[in-house]
Amino acid sequence: MKLDLLRELNAERAARRAVVLVTDIESGAQRLVKAADAARDPLYEIIDKHLRAGKSGMADTPQGRFFLTVHVPSPQLVITGAVHISQTLAPIGQLLGYDVTIVDPRTAFASIERFPDVKVIAEWPDIALPPLNVDRYTAFVALTHDPKIDDPALIHALSRECFYIGALGSRKTHAKRIERLKRAGLTDAELARIHAPIGLAIGAVSPAEIAVAIMAEITATLRLKAERAEAA
Amino acid sequence: MLSRDEDILKAAEDWCQAGRGVALATVVETWGSAPRPVGSNLVIDNEGNFLGSVSGGCVEGAVVAEALDVIEDGRPRMLEFGVADETAWKVGLSCGGRIRVYVEKVS
Repeated sequence: MKLDLLRELNAERAARRAVVLVTDIESGAQRLVKAADAARDPLYEIIDKHLRAGKSGMADTPQGRFFLTVHVPSPQLVITGAVHISQTLAPIGQLLGYDVTIVDPRTAFASIERFPDVKVIAEWPDIALPPLNVDRYTAFVALTHDPKIDDPALIHALSRECFYIGALGSRKTHAKRIERLKRAGLTDAELARIHAPIGLAIGAVSPAEIAVAIMAEITATLRLKAERAEAA
Repeated sequence: MLSRDEDILKAAEDWCQAGRGVALATVVETWGSAPRPVGSNLVIDNEGNFLGSVSGGCVEGAVVAEALDVIEDGRPRMLEFGVADETAWKVGLSCGGRIRVYVEKVS
């Protein structure tokens, strides 16, 4: 690989933009296809399929045999609420390979003592979220129970097409949340994307068990979606 | 992709930038049970230092040896390891799978 190409590849990845390296395995010729430019590539259909599945692979085409190395951003997990559940959810997310960030303007909650190894931002979502590049490779979880914090964060997550959006709260709490968000201008289709009550139904009781249920639901959403895209 | 390979490709860039001879190995095909998914990377320098993995330890030694040749002559190579392959039997892909690894020079 040419060093310039590798440099460009690394720059795209650092900016959390999806990119595919196309290698002609007979000649060794290579090119970089940015997701945003994929539609103009002669191998568009096959590149798009791999991008959607997030998987690298060999492609036999009329133009030859190519290896497609797919680089989608590493998934991140953004949580509002430096709460008890987050104390378990954050390390589980990290173990599963997510970059984890917790946002909570309440400084008593967002302390280093409670979250020794996690990036915690003690700011309101309108300040904390934009620099995080919340995107379709992001799972967003709202855990504060406080509409002043969770609602603006949910609106931001919906606008950025996070692959998973979940919000803590009973059916009743969630019904009230839906009413508020509708008044804020969100559509039924957008609101249907919010997983609530949050987490897989495993009968979770303790905060740690709820964290497991949430992470399992995030994993199912990520992996089953990729499987469906691959089957398509 | 959940595996963290950014540091591997960044290392490839940094090592090359620092003037070291560098090769990049990529798992391009797998059959049966293979320890590392397609797309996994291993970066090797001209002194045999390496970062990452293509098999979880089974065939890295053989890949590193081939990579030194690739760094030397600049020609990419396709390597195959599997239980049916005598070389692979020696280096031992004990999981019973088969993998194909593309090794190219970074320059």
